[in-house]
Amino acid sequence: MTVEGAVSMQGIGVCPGRAAGPVALMGARPRLPAERPAVADAEAEAEAALAALSLTAEDLERRATATAIPGAAEVLEATAMIARDPSLEESIRSAIAKGEPAAWAVDVAFDGFRALLLDLGGYMAERVGDLDDVRDRTVARLLGQPLPGVPERDAPFILVADDLAPADTVTLTPEKVLALITVRGGPTSHTAILARSLGIPAVVAVADAVSLREGELLEVDGGTGMIRLGVGADEAAATNRSEQQRRAARAASRGPGRTADGHPVGLLLNIGDATGAAAVAKVDAEGVGLFRTEFLYLDRQDAPSVGEQVALYTGVLGAMDGRKIVVRTLDAGADKPLPFLNPDPEENPALGVRGLRTARRYPEVLTDQLDALALAQQATGAVVWVMAPMVATAAEAKWFTDLAHERGLPVAGAMVEIPAAALRAADLLVSCDFLSIGTNDLAQYTLATDRMAGELADLLDPWQPALLDLIRMTAEAGQAAGKSVGVCGEAAASPTLAPVLVGLGVTTLSMSASAVADVRDALAAVTLAQCREMAGEALAGRRPT
Amino acid sequence: MAQREVIVGSRIGLHARPAALFVRVATEQPVKITIRKGDGPPVDARSILRVLALGAKNGDTVVLEADGDGAEQALDAVATVVAEDHDDPA
Repeated sequence: MTVEGAVSMQGIGVCPGRAAGPVALMGARPRLPAERPAVADAEAEAEAALAALSLTAEDLERRATATAIPGAAEVLEATAMIARDPSLEESIRSAIAKGEPAAWAVDVAFDGFRALLLDLGGYMAERVGDLDDVRDRTVARLLGQPLPGVPERDAPFILVADDLAPADTVTLTPEKVLALITVRGGPTSHTAILARSLGIPAVVAVADAVSLREGELLEVDGGTGMIRLGVGADEAAATNRSEQQRRAARAASRGPGRTADGHPVGLLLNIGDATGAAAVAKVDAEGVGLFRTEFLYLDRQDAPSVGEQVALYTGVLGAMDGRKIVVRTLDAGADKPLPFLNPDPEENPALGVRGLRTARRYPEVLTDQLDALALAQQATGAVVWVMAPMVATAAEAKWFTDLAHERGLPVAGAMVEIPAAALRAADLLVSCDFLSIGTNDLAQYTLATDRMAGELADLLDPWQPALLDLIRMTAEAGQAAGKSVGVCGEAAASPTLAPVLVGLGVTTLSMSASAVADVRDALAAVTLAQCREMAGEALAGRRPT
Repeated sequence: MAQREVIVGSRIGLHARPAALFVRVATEQPVKITIRKGDGPPVDARSILRVLALGAKNGDTVVLEADGDGAEQALDAVATVVAEDHDDPA
C-alpha cells in the first residue's frame, strides 16, 4: 500500500533520539523471474553460477576478517565454508546439465541440501538459515539484484526493513546506521532491544514504511515514534547537529538516581558481555541490574566448562569496581533454544522447558554456572547477586536460592516474569533475598501475546493496567519484606514510565546504557508523591499525553 | 585404497566447530578423502554439508578412505581431527 502525499508516519518509538538522513532499504530476498530464459551455452551458465558462488564466499570471508564483533567471525566463516562446498558445485552442474539457467540451478541445488538438513532436525535444521543466506546472495548476484541483508553505503543512512533478524544485526553500527525503521516488530522485539543496546533511534511497527523509497530524506523521532517525510538537506543537518548536542549533554549526566525530594532509585544497566560492563562507569550507573549470561552459551553444542566461565565472568565482574551486579543464570529455551538443553522442538516453547526449568533436566549446567560465578566473585571481590529466570512458584524459588547459597553465593533471588510469581511474590520472598521484574515476558504472559507479534504490539504496551497491577503487587510484597524489587525489562528504560514504576514501589530500574541519562533526568524532575500520583493514574488506565 | 576406522572423540559429535575443522584439514590434503558412517555411502570429506549430514555422534565409528600418493599421511591428519575432543576445556 502506498501513501500518496503523506507527510508523516507514526509507529512505536522504541529507542529515543532524533536522526535525519537518506533511506537505505534492507535488501529483500531475490526472486526468480516467472520467465525462465533458455540456456544456450551450458558451460557458460555453469561458470557464471560458480563464479557467483565464489564471490559470495569471498565476501563472507572478507566480512569475517573485518568484523570486530565477538563471535561474528566464526559465524561468517562457517557460512563461507558452505559457499565453498564442492557438493554444491556438483549439484549446480548437474542442474545446469538438465537445462536450468544459472540462477535457477543454484536455487535447485540449495533446495536439495535444505531438505536434507531440515530432515535431520536440531542443530542441522538451524543451519538452514545460513544455507538460505548463501543461496540468496548468490542468486541476487546472478540476477543483478541488490544483495539481501543490511546494505553497504558510503554515507550513514536510515535503515528501513521489514524486521531484523539477529543475524542481520552482526554488522550494524551507530556510525553507519542513523536510525532504524521496521514495518513489523514491537516494543520488545529483537530490533528494539538491539537499537537500545547500540543507542540507535528506532521506530517499529510502521505499517506505512513499505512505501518508503531508497534515498528519500526522512526525520525520525525514536521517542515519539513519529517519522517526517520530505525533509530538506539543511533541515536534516540541523536535526543531526541538535541530536549530537543532546547526546553530548546526556554523556555528561552523572550521579545516583533520585527523585526531586531525594528518594533514592538505583539506576542499573542491562548488559550481556564485558563491553556492556565497561559502560557502567561511562554512564555512571550504580551497577548492573541484569547480566544476561546467554552469550557464553549461544552458538555452542555443549555447555562451557567451569574454567571457561570463570575467565569470562572475572572479566565482567572486574569492571564493576565495587558496584553491585545482578547475574541472571542461563535463560535458554523459547526464542533462545540451545542444543544441549532444548534438543527437541517444543509445540509451544514459550510455555515449555525454558529458563530455570531447564535445570530440571540438566541441573549440572546450573551448578557449573553457580560454581563459576562464586569463583569469579572470590577472584574479583565483586558484589554479586544471582537470580533465576522463569520462576513460577515459591518452591522453585526456594530450590534455586538454597542451591545458590549452598554454592557460595550469599544473595539470591528470582525474576518475576510469570503472573503466578507476581501473585505470590510474598511467598517467593520467604526464600528470595530480592526480586527483579522482567516486564517483557511478564507482559507476554499476562496479556497472552507473543513478544514477536508485531500486529498485537498494543497488547504488549507496558502501560497496560493489568501489567502495572502485577508490578505493584510484587513491589508491595518487597516493601513488606524489606527487600529490593527492581524492574529490568524494557519498561524501566522509558522516561515517562520510570516515575510510574517508582510510584508503584519499585526500588531499582535496570536499562540499556543509552537510557540512563533520560531516566535520571525524568526522576529528578518529580517528587515521590508525584510518582505515586502518576502510578494511580496509570493504574486507572490513564496515561500521560 | 588406504583406510582408517576412527571413533569420533568430540563430545558434540562431528558438528559445528569439529566438523568445520575436519573439512578444513581434508581440503588441505593432496588427495581426495571420503568419510562414511557404518555401512552408509562414502561422502566427500571436503563437503561441510555432506559431513554434517552424516550426523556422526560422539562414540560413533567412521571410516576414512583415500587413494594415491600421500594417502596414508592425509588419512593420519584427518583421523587425528576426528579422534580428538576439540571442546576439551583448556
